[in-house]
Amino acid sequence: MVELSFVPRSAHVRTARQVAVALARRAGLADDLLDEVRLAVGEACGLALALQRQTRPDDPVVLVFDDSAGLTVDVRASAPLDPATGDHALRVLADAVPAAADIAEELPVGAALAVLAEFAPRLEVTTSELGMRLALGWPPVAVASR
Amino acid sequence: MDLSLSTRAESGRTVVEVAGEIDVYTAPKLREQLAELVDAGRHDIVVDMQGVDFLDSTGLGVLVGGLKRIRQHDGSMRLVCTQERILKIFRITGLTKVFPIHDSVATAVAASD
Repeated sequence: MVELSFVPRSAHVRTARQVAVALARRAGLADDLLDEVRLAVGEACGLALALQRQTRPDDPVVLVFDDSAGLTVDVRASAPLDPATGDHALRVLADAVPAAADIAEELPVGAALAVLAEFAPRLEVTTSELGMRLALGWPPVAVASR
Repeated sequence: MDLSLSTRAESGRTVVEVAGEIDVYTAPKLREQLAELVDAGRHDIVVDMQGVDFLDSTGLGVLVGGLKRIRQHDGSMRLVCTQERILKIFRITGLTKVFPIHDSVATAVAASD
């Protein structure tokens, strides 16, 4: 288990991506999945950053990695949101992020979510008054081989 | 790797060569460069992305924003990219229908609208 937290500044998203790729490698994920991990974790952090900047700019974005069986990455932001799971939570996020994003104003948050959904084989989205949780997962190598 | 940008004129178009990572941190630099070019009257732009090794949705947003500004001046924005991992992002987000994507600067510069 590895935990990484960073103040919501965009410069740190790259660090988070690099840690994710290092752990994906350690977990034995195939080389062609490393790019997918890098992209998905980057997008998840971008969403968390946008949310955090809006309401909780002093709180960190938190990532919890587990590389014991494949790789799972929990990306958390503490900005309070309406409680929801699944598709409903995606809609809550889509509504919340454009108001926050000073960085991606030209493209709906849908693009970030589309990239996430494409590259993370497991994606669970939860929103609550405690914030957002994006749980991304890549299965262990034997299952992941294509 | 950080983002590096260089521009040059080629057959009446402006080629912006982009290398490195276009992400939530570096995308504002690209946005600024594109806005400066448009403000300077350079309305036919080719963005050479062959040296780009990472592109996220923020980077896509900046390209879309640049295209919108250019279209206000009846200009054009063409992209050059042959890297499958970058092209995949354009496909997933439906932007292959928005941007003409070429496999070389030469064909992008020679293309007409």
